[in-house]
Amino acid sequence: MNRTRIIDRTGGIFLIVVLAAGVLIPASNLLLPAGNPLHVPDYMIPLLGKYLCYALLAVAVDLVWGYCGVLSLGHGAFFALGGYAMGMYLMRQIGSRGVYGNPVLPDFMVFLNYKELPWFWEGFNIFPFAMLMVLVVPGTLAFVFGWFAFRSRVTGVYLSIITQAMTFALMLAFFRNDMGFGGNNGLTDFKDILGFPISAPSTRLTLFFLSAVALAAGYLLCRALVTSKYGKVLVAVRDAESRTRFLGYRVENYKLVAWVLSAMLAGVAGALYVPQVGIINPSEFAPAQSIEMVIWVAVGGRGTLVGAALGALIVNAGKTWFTGVLPEAWLFALGALFVLVTLFLPKGVLGLAASLSEKWKARRPSSDPTPSATPAE
Amino acid sequence: MSMLTPSADPYAVKSQGALSLEAELGFLKEEQPAPDRMALTSALLYLDNITVSFDGFRALNALSLVIGEAEMRAIIGPNGAGKTTMMDVITGKTRPNQGVALFAGTNDLTSLDEAAIAQLGIGRKFQTPTVFDMHSVEDNILLAVKADRRPFSNMEWNPSRHERERVEELLERVRLKDSRHRRAGDLSHGQKQWLEIGMLLAQEPRLLLVDEPAAGMTDQETADTAVLLKEIAKTRSVVVVEHDMQFVRDLDVKVTVLHEGSVLAEGPLDQVSADERVIEVYLGR
Repeated sequence: MNRTRIIDRTGGIFLIVVLAAGVLIPASNLLLPAGNPLHVPDYMIPLLGKYLCYALLAVAVDLVWGYCGVLSLGHGAFFALGGYAMGMYLMRQIGSRGVYGNPVLPDFMVFLNYKELPWFWEGFNIFPFAMLMVLVVPGTLAFVFGWFAFRSRVTGVYLSIITQAMTFALMLAFFRNDMGFGGNNGLTDFKDILGFPISAPSTRLTLFFLSAVALAAGYLLCRALVTSKYGKVLVAVRDAESRTRFLGYRVENYKLVAWVLSAMLAGVAGALYVPQVGIINPSEFAPAQSIEMVIWVAVGGRGTLVGAALGALIVNAGKTWFTGVLPEAWLFALGALFVLVTLFLPKGVLGLAASLSEKWKARRPSSDPTPSATPAE
Repeated sequence: MSMLTPSADPYAVKSQGALSLEAELGFLKEEQPAPDRMALTSALLYLDNITVSFDGFRALNALSLVIGEAEMRAIIGPNGAGKTTMMDVITGKTRPNQGVALFAGTNDLTSLDEAAIAQLGIGRKFQTPTVFDMHSVEDNILLAVKADRRPFSNMEWNPSRHERERVEELLERVRLKDSRHRRAGDLSHGQKQWLEIGMLLAQEPRLLLVDEPAAGMTDQETADTAVLLKEIAKTRSVVVVEHDMQFVRDLDVKVTVLHEGSVLAEGPLDQVSADERVIEVYLGR
C-alpha cells in the first residue's frame, strides 16, 4: 500500500526556501555593504518577519479550512491572543523605564488609576510562563468554542458566522479600558525581550530567523498530521461528514483536535509578530483581518499548506506595495483578487503552477499522445 | 440540533409496545407462528412501537420490526413510507419520540449516537453512493477497516499488517483491485456502490442496512449485487431497502412492506404482492 511521504517535492522545496531565507536574508543584511543590490536593508527585516508570521497563520487556517472543511472567519482572535500574551510579557519587562516610572504597573494602568496589578497579569514577567500562555490561551478558547460548536453540529456558513462573532466580541471587549489590556491603544512602547533591546538590529534578525524556523516547524507539524491516518479521516470529514460518522468516527473530536492545534499555531504566529511590529491592539481582532487570512489561503491554494503560506506572502507583499502607491484602492484590489482567484484559479497559485508544469511536461516528449487535462483548468 | 428528544422514557411504553407488536404481526398467524418472547430477546435488531414525528407529520407510526441473527430482510414500500426514517432511527441519526430499539438484546439504540452505534456493529449504505471522493479506493477501504476510532490512536503513517490484509481481501471481494489507486470520485456509479458495500464490510458489522443498492445499476450489476448480498447474509444480518422488484425477487427473502410509517404486510414476496392492501397501496385506490 503506497503511503504519502511526509515531505514531498513541493514541501521539500518550501522548507529549503524558508530555512535558506531565514539564514541568507539576515546574512545579506549583516555582511553585504549597503550599496550592494542584494543587500536587504534594515527596515525590510521586521517587514519580512511579519510576512513569515502571516504565513504561519495561513498554514494554521489552511489546516482547519483546507483539510477539515471548517471555514474560520475568526482566526485573527487566536493570533491576537497569542500576540497579547507576548505583549503582556514585553510590557512587564519595561519596568520602571515607563513614562510614569512605576516598577510594576504598565503606563496605561497608572494612567487609568489602577492601584495594583490585575490578577491575570501575574506571572507574565516570567518568559516561560508567558510563552506557555501563548499556547494555552488561544488553545483554551478554541477548545471551549470547538467543544460546543462541533458537538452541537454547527457546520458550514453558520459556524463561520459564529467564529466571526467570536472575534468581533473579543474586539469590543479588548477596546474597553477596564478590561485591563490597554483599551484601544493596546500594548506598545516595548523596551526589551529577554534582556535584548527590542529594536536592535541583532534582535530583529534573531526574531526574523525564529519566525522562519517557526514557519518551517509549523508546516512540518501540519504536514505530518495531514499525511497520517488522522489526516485522511479529516479529509473524509470534509468531504462526507455523515459517512465518516456512520463508519464509527466521532467527527467532533477529530475537528476539535485540528481546531485547537490550529489556534495554538495562530497564537505562536501572533507572539512572533508582536515584538517585530512593536505593538498589539484590538484592531487585530477586527473581522476584516480574519477574512483577509482566508483570502491568503484561497489565493495560494486551499488544502496544500504550502499554498497557504505562499498566498500570505503574495497578498501581503502586494498589500505593502499597493498601499504605498495607491492606498485607497487596496481593498478594491484585494476584493478583485479574491473574485478572480475564485473564478479562474480554484486551486490557487499553487494549483496554477502545478498545472503549468504538467502541461510543460506533457508537451516536451512529443511521442506522448495523451497530455493530461488538469482539473484546475 | 437536528435531533429530536424522546418525549417519553422509551422503557415506559415497553409493555404496551410488546402488545402492539403482536397486534401488528397478528395477520401472519395463520402462515407462521408469531415470534414469542424468547425470539424477541434473542433477535439481533428489535424495534417496537417506534414513532417519529416531524412537526406533527408521523414519519414512523408505531413501527415494529424484528430481524434475527444472519437474516436477510427486504423492505419495500411506496415513497414516504418511512424506510429512510427507519434507518435513521436504527443508526442514531434520528431519535424516536417513543418506542424501543434494541440491538443484540441489550443495547438501547435510542440513547447512542451514530459513531457508537457504528462501533457496535451496524453498518449503513446510503441511497446515493457516498464514498470519500478525494481519497484513493484503497484509502476508502482503509478508513473503514475496523480499528480504534479515536483521533490520537490514528496518528500513524503506516497501516498495520492486519489493516493491509483486510484491505487486500475486501478489494478482491468487491472487485476493485485494479482500481485501487484511482480516486474514488472517478469511479463509475456501480463501482461506487460496490466500494461503499466494501467499506461496510470492512467495519465487520453484525447488521448491514443497505439503502437501494441497485439504484442506477445495469442489469448485470444488479444481479451481481444480489449475489454479493446473499453471500454476505450467510454470516451477517442484512436489511435491504429497495424499489426494484426484480432485485427483491433475486434476493428471495422475507419481505416487509411499509406504509405510512408502519408495517403493512410481511412474508414471502409472492404472498405480500398478492395481499390486497399492498396492491391498493402500490397501485392507488
